[in-house]
Amino acid sequence: MDLGQLFAIIIGAIFVSNFVLARFLGLCPFVGVSKDPASALGMGMAVIFVMTIASLVTWFVYVFVLEPLGITYLRTIAFILVIATLVQFVEMVIEKTSPALHRSLGIYLPLITTNCAVLGVAVVNVDDFIITDLPNTVSFIYTVVHGLAAGVGFTLALVLMASIRQRLQLGGVPKSMQGIPITFIVAGLMAIAFLGFSGLKI
Amino acid sequence: MSVMKEFTKGFYDENPVFRLALGLCPALAVSTSVENALGMGAAATFVLIGSNMVISILRKLIPAKVRIPCFIVIIASFVTIVELMMGAYLPELSKSLGIFIPLIVVNCVILGRAEAYASKHGIFLSALDGIGMGLGFTFALVLLGAIREILGSGKLMGYMVFGPGFEPVLLMIMAPGAFITLGLLMGYFNTLDDRRKRKLKKDASS
Repeated sequence: MDLGQLFAIIIGAIFVSNFVLARFLGLCPFVGVSKDPASALGMGMAVIFVMTIASLVTWFVYVFVLEPLGITYLRTIAFILVIATLVQFVEMVIEKTSPALHRSLGIYLPLITTNCAVLGVAVVNVDDFIITDLPNTVSFIYTVVHGLAAGVGFTLALVLMASIRQRLQLGGVPKSMQGIPITFIVAGLMAIAFLGFSGLKI
Repeated sequence: MSVMKEFTKGFYDENPVFRLALGLCPALAVSTSVENALGMGAAATFVLIGSNMVISILRKLIPAKVRIPCFIVIIASFVTIVELMMGAYLPELSKSLGIFIPLIVVNCVILGRAEAYASKHGIFLSALDGIGMGLGFTFALVLLGAIREILGSGKLMGYMVFGPGFEPVLLMIMAPGAFITLGLLMGYFNTLDDRRKRKLKKDASS
């Protein structure tokens, strides 16, 4: 394992191939929950949390269950079930252990099951890190770090968008462009800005 | 009449992408060309018809409390079928659609139809609903794909559209082009809808 590679994974997942603006994952919450920055941040935190744990758990499921049994073609079914269960479980644990955190994240957690960024990160992890010939410990660390960084990238895009939309409410947007259409135009402009990062050579 | 309506509502009134804003991730990600758009549309339509029919058959057996996990398992099975078939027979398409084939599982159009339609209606109507919604989704993808392909590479289905002097707008094939095209198309559909409503109101008052 080398730290330079780890750094490249982090920068890559947050900026260069940002999950929302470059890979088109998690667009539903991106347009749905980006109305005010505070709830965008709440949603973002919940997503970071779930994506990290989902990366960790799906790594174990893939390496210790699917691969030894030779049923890797069932990964889609296995992953979606694991993620759905995990989200339920995380919600119950948070509710018991930290009611304050549950109050602020609670309403976002059920929405995350169908957030394609979570399943997306699990599938990308398999393609990029697990079915390569990296040793197990290295691929495990890369997978978890990638899950965390992808969540941070998602949160960054979501909070930026929410802040821009607050400003947009003061501007005179034409009636038929209000709401989702103008959000996409803004997302397009943000994506152009993020394209600038693709020139980074790490 | 109502059978026909189940079939056609997916194109305009309840078009999943333009009107309901569902299934946006695959719609944006794979619409770089008409060919990819057709491939994704066909895959999603197949899953939609299959899952709608199975869920409609089982709708009285599935307990209401665990219905969402049941729906997801049924949908995931059909997605796995598509994934394996496409990998075997259309390896190139499968490569260019990439992770968006497994991600059909979390396409909200499919779960949305299962919850809103197939769990309440008979098998025949559910199948029709699946076909209609699937074709509407495909229509949206192909429209996006055609605009992006023509502007971004000057081609349509691989054939040159413009003369040799055309300078392709590379941006349209990349991520920003997808967002901006979809934003403008949604705005256009809203305008059409407004105009139609105003006309209806005028007809009613006169």
